[in-house]
Parts: sequence; structure tokens; C-alpha cells
Amino acid sequence: MPRGYAGRLLDVDLSEGRIGEVRLPWRTLEEFLGGRGLAAKILWDRLGDRWPKVDPLGPENLLLALTGPLTAFYPGARICVSGKSPLSNGVVGSTASTEFALELKAAGYDGVIVSGRAERPVYLLITDEGCEIKDAGHLWGRNGEETLRILNREVRGELSKPGRGLPREPGVIYIGPAGENRVRNAAVMAKLFHAAGYGGYGAVMGSKNLKAIAAKGAKPLPEVAAPETFKVLWREVHRELIKRDRFRRWGTGYGGYFVAADTSSEPIRNWQEEWHDERGFGGPHFQFKFWVKPYHADFNCTTSCMKISCIKTGRWRGDITDMPDYEMEAYLGPNLGVFDPEGTIHLSAVIDNLGHSGINAGNTMAFAAELYQRGILTEEDLGFKLEWGDVEAFDRLAHLIARREGIGDLLAEGTYRAALRISEWKGVDVTPYAVHVKGIEVGAHGIRSDKDYPTPIGYAASPQGGDHTSTTRDAYEDMTWSVFGDSAVVCSFCYHDPLIWEIARAVTGWDISKHRWCTEHGRRILTLQQALLLLGGPDVYWDPDRDFDNPPRFYEPLPTGPYKGMKADRETVERMKRDYFQAMGWDERGIPTRETLERLGLSYLDPHLREMRR
Amino acid sequence: MEKTVWIVRDHLRCTGCRRCEIVCSLHHEGWIWPEASRIRIFMPFPGVEVVHLCAQCDDYPCVEACPVDALSVDEGTRAVLVDRERCTACGVCVEACPGEVPFLHPGDGKASICDLCGGDPECVKVCVEAGYRAIYAVEEEEDVNRKLFARPPLEVARDIAVNLYGEKGLEVM
Repeated sequence: MPRGYAGRLLDVDLSEGRIGEVRLPWRTLEEFLGGRGLAAKILWDRLGDRWPKVDPLGPENLLLALTGPLTAFYPGARICVSGKSPLSNGVVGSTASTEFALELKAAGYDGVIVSGRAERPVYLLITDEGCEIKDAGHLWGRNGEETLRILNREVRGELSKPGRGLPREPGVIYIGPAGENRVRNAAVMAKLFHAAGYGGYGAVMGSKNLKAIAAKGAKPLPEVAAPETFKVLWREVHRELIKRDRFRRWGTGYGGYFVAADTSSEPIRNWQEEWHDERGFGGPHFQFKFWVKPYHADFNCTTSCMKISCIKTGRWRGDITDMPDYEMEAYLGPNLGVFDPEGTIHLSAVIDNLGHSGINAGNTMAFAAELYQRGILTEEDLGFKLEWGDVEAFDRLAHLIARREGIGDLLAEGTYRAALRISEWKGVDVTPYAVHVKGIEVGAHGIRSDKDYPTPIGYAASPQGGDHTSTTRDAYEDMTWSVFGDSAVVCSFCYHDPLIWEIARAVTGWDISKHRWCTEHGRRILTLQQALLLLGGPDVYWDPDRDFDNPPRFYEPLPTGPYKGMKADRETVERMKRDYFQAMGWDERGIPTRETLERLGLSYLDPHLREMRR
Repeated sequence: MEKTVWIVRDHLRCTGCRRCEIVCSLHHEGWIWPEASRIRIFMPFPGVEVVHLCAQCDDYPCVEACPVDALSVDEGTRAVLVDRERCTACGVCVEACPGEVPFLHPGDGKASICDLCGGDPECVKVCVEAGYRAIYAVEEEEDVNRKLFARPPLEVARDIAVNLYGEKGLEVM
């Protein structure tokens, strides 16, 4: 029995109403670990031979919710959601912090594989006794707040046994109306304001008529290889995290000012600019007026970067969201021309409740607003004016997209696909205004000023496209907190080198070292992801000669700020991409070579990639 | 009157990290087992975290109610001790507690109540270490106020929700 694992996965076919269990071979777990890595492997094993034909929103696709061996042991428990992405048509490992991950393990499962499509809305309830498919007719159409409230009450009632003590709430992942209506970039949500945002897996859940998965386990965590060593390391890693005072104090909630004013890399009005010096949008204006809980955390986390905001007066009274964190601040603030903390908190609460992904839906809404600015989309097309900074207009647009009403139906296809359709409809090429990479809208960290962390190829060369949590660096460091973190399934904000590697060894007993991970496991996972991305289909196929690139906007010079005039340099991008592909053992166009596949134990991919190579 | 250890609780400062549950179960069970932890954080709505553990009522209704004398009060710490050999898992103590604090252990089914780790509780150490101080230990004389903390967690949650979210708090609970 592998250590750190519960040892089995639930395997649910919603079309047949069949619930089974699978135990994965030890070797598969050692090679792919869990979460993102294991998701790619399961998807390949089950769908690989017909990958290009699998419709991400069809019953054949899988929705995976996986933990990893470090989940709940290492600080910051998360769940990794995956499947064939309806945005990139490859595989994204999308994670969210939630007690669902702990509860799943405590119920004796490492994860859930969901296939098929239920006839009517359902949710899954997972306990020590197994899994039940339950009716979710009463939850369908409900926003995040209502869904959580009803499910918590319902499951508590179900688990209640008089005289045995009070049952506690389940851990829950769920979708809002956006996911139900298959908005392509919809999120899988948790705890009201946590989202597995990248990849569009909310739409995949919606396509399966799966409203939520709730879990409540009563077992201890699984056995680990070296329990006494683990206990010592666990205390040590927390001591280290507790020292990170600035991050604990502010989370990323001070980024909305800092990333613009200091590093000049914040999206503003659909990335037309990346610099502002609006002090009224600074952290203190959020903190002292709106933060009601200055330290909020998830299971086994002392980083507590979460802070909860609530608007208590005025027309938006009762809005609850996180800080908002930097990504929400940027994408639902300056990127929509909103520089008012209250407006951004309101939009963040709206987005969370609808089950949109704030980054991705924020990107799509800004794209629409730029088209409005340019007169390509008109008041007639939209039914209302969409001026920069108009919070009520964006509130309205977010609802239209979630319900796929009016212009919302088109924008619900995500920025890239919406751009293709609008170009056709209007007879104007609007793709230069679509800020995405391989269908994934880009996170709120620009590359033009060269002062933020993503490299010039951070998004362009990444198998997860615009995902700011998995950017490409040097084919070494990028295997650590993103690929390892998403596969061990822990929070990257709790990453500590070297303790995470020591804890990985104590938990699993496997010979996991940073070097081995960065040269073998991590590359195996990314190479498999790259292959599935290249295979793509059925509605979108990426062209390696064209699509492994930055959005056109990043080649336009920054118009304002201290780094005015700076832009991505095409020669640099091409050179860095070649170097990166070479380091990964891929050819100059990014296609994994036969030798690399052999070395990583992925030879089974070769026949599928052969035709793509020159 | 003698001074005894008591765990002060301030729900509003609780982050929901549940390290208290981790160390409680490490101490009592030898492994991480949140459902067996004698301190339990209820989280009925995001942000609304309720710290739930024995309040050490001055009249000890659970001890009084036990039909087989499996519960007793430690002479030193004044914590409730469970004699697991005697306990028949009848659940009478659970019902007798005004806060529904005790619970039957998910492993052996026996009544489980905070024993203050013999006077040096593990849970408070990690909470204080992290700077939260949602729980911390004091040595004070027993006092009738303690029993006020033996309250059903959902009732406490309603108060916390209003404190955090104002009128909206009434709605979310």
C-alpha cells in the first residue's frame, strides 16, 4: 500500500448511475503522484486513443477531483480538478483550497472520477460508507451562497444520529449558474470565494448535470512512511510559514495597487495599460473599511493569506467575498476600469456567487468592453452601455454571461472562442484584443515591464496557457511549486523549499528529491500535458508554429508608466522558447521527441505525435 | 478558591486552520484524526468558525447524568475524565450537555471530552504560536460564566455571522 494515500478512487458513471472504485498501480502513483500529474495519466489511459474526438462538454469527458499524497499533511489542503479542458482542449490541473480534500481522504478516497451525464441534476455525497448519487433539483439554479447553505444543512441532517454528538459540515465543491449553463470558463467553486478557476471545469460539471460533490469522512488520515519524522517536520514547516509576516498580514490584497504602481504589470482596461498610481485602490482602503476577518485559512494552513471582506452599508450591503485577492482586485477592478474598492468587492461577490472564474470571466468582460470602446460592439448589440468603470453594467454583463442570455451567450464561450465568432459576425478581426494563450485567459501578471515574475515565455510556452499559477521559466524551477504543488496537491502559497521535499519523502517513503522531480517526474507530467494539448480537438487544434505565443497585446509597447515603451520582444521570445523546448527534450516547435518519450516512460504517446513532427 | 486551567475561546479570531484538531488528535490518538479531536471547529458558513470544546460547567451535568459512573472530574485540572472501560457509549452525556459538546469517538464509540491534556493543553500552543489566540489557556478560579460557553455551535454561529456580516449574517445562517 502506497503511503500517504487512502488507496482508492471513486469511479462514478452518471449515465448508468453506477458507482465503482479503482485502485491504481503503485507504479502509476509513483510516476505521476496525484492531482495534476495523475489526472493527465488517467485521462490519457481512458481517453487517449480517441482524444481529438472527445467533446470536453460531452458525456465522454471525465471530471476529476483528486487529492495528492501530501494533501492534508502538508500545510494548505487543496483539491485538484481536471478533465479535458473546454478552453484549451488539453489538460489543466486546476486547484482550490477546500476542506473537501481533507474530508475525501478521511472518508477513505484519494479522489473521484466522474464520467457520463446524469439525466437530471444530481450531487454526490461521499462518506465512510461510500458514495451516493442524490437529487439536486432543488439546488440547480442556485448561487454559491444558497447552495452552500442548503447543502450544509442537508448533509448535517443526514449525518445526524441522536446521542452520538453533533455532525459537522461536509467539505463541498460545487458550481454556480455559470457552470450549470456551461459557460466555458466557469469555475468549480468551494467555500463561497475559493475557485478552481482555470480550465473551465465548472462547465464540465455542468455538462454532466453535476451540481456538487460533498464529502464527510470520519477516519484518520492515511498512514505515512515515517510518522515520527513527519511530525517533527510538520511543526518545523509551520514555524517557517508563521515567519512570513507580510504575506500573512496582507495576503495578496495589497497587490491591486502594488503590481500596477511598482512592477507595472497589472491588466488595466483589457491590458491596454499595465500601470496606475491610484492610491485610493491601495490595500488600506480595502482592509480598514471592508475586512471583517483579517486571518482566514483552510485546513492545516498558517499562512492564512485569506481575508474576508463584507460590505455593510449602501446598495451592495451584504456582499461577502475574499479580500478580494490580487487576481480579483485586478481583473474586477482596473481591468474593467474600476478603481473603487467597494465596486471591486461587489463585482467579486457577484462573480463568486455566479460561479464564474474571476480571472477568466473578468478577462472576457474586459474584452467585450474594449470592443465597445472601439465601436465594434454597440449598445444595440449589448442592450446597454458598457463603459469602463461602470460597475452596474459589468454586474449585468456577468449575469447575462452566466445565464447565456443575449450577448452573454456568445461571451460564455470564453474570450478566444468569442473573439472568433465576433470576428466572423462583425467582419473585423478582433482576435488582437483577446488576451489569452491557447484558449486560457491570461492571469493578472504581465510580462512587458519585465519586472513581475512571469518570463517572456511564461504563458506562451506553458501547457496550461494563460494560467499564472503554472508559468514557464527554465524547465527546472517551474517544476517545483506549480507542477509538484498541483500534483502533491497542496497550496503553492505554503511552498517551502527544502521542507516540502523532506515531507514528501517522510509521507510517501519514495525517493523524491527536488532534482529528481525537476528532471524526471515534473517533465513527465508536463510532457504528457503538452501531448494532450497538441492533440486537442474536436473544435480547436493548436498550431505549434502559431499558437505557442504571447497574446498580440503583449507585443504592443506599454503606453504609460515608468516602463513606457517596453514590450515583449519577439526574438527574445523565440530564443527562450527554443531553449526551453530543448531543455524539456521537445523539438524546436515544442513537440516531445521520441527519445524524450522513451526516457520518461511515455513511449505510448509516440505514434500519436509522429505526424506532427516535421 | 483554587485556580484551575481553562481554555479561553474567541470564535471571531479563529481562522479555521484546525491545527488545534491536528495536535489534539496527535496527542490523544497518535495520528491526525480531526473527527476524533476533542476540540472541534464547526464551519457552517465561510468565515463563521465556531470553536467547540468542553466549557467545564461548574455543575458538570454530563458527569451527573452518566448512568455507569464512567465520567469523573479530575481533582487537579477539574477537567472531565472518561473511563473508557466503563463507558457503554449510551450517549446520555451528549444529551445532558447544554452545548452538545461530547461526542462518541469515531473509532471505539466511547464518549470523548477534552481532558485539558492533563493541564497543559496542546491545542492552545499551536493557536498562540500562530498569533491567532482564538484559544489560549488561563489559570483562574472557577466561575459560573464558564457554563455560558456550553452552547450549541449553530446557535453561536448565528451570533458570529451577525457580528461579521451584519444583517446579511441573519440570512446566511
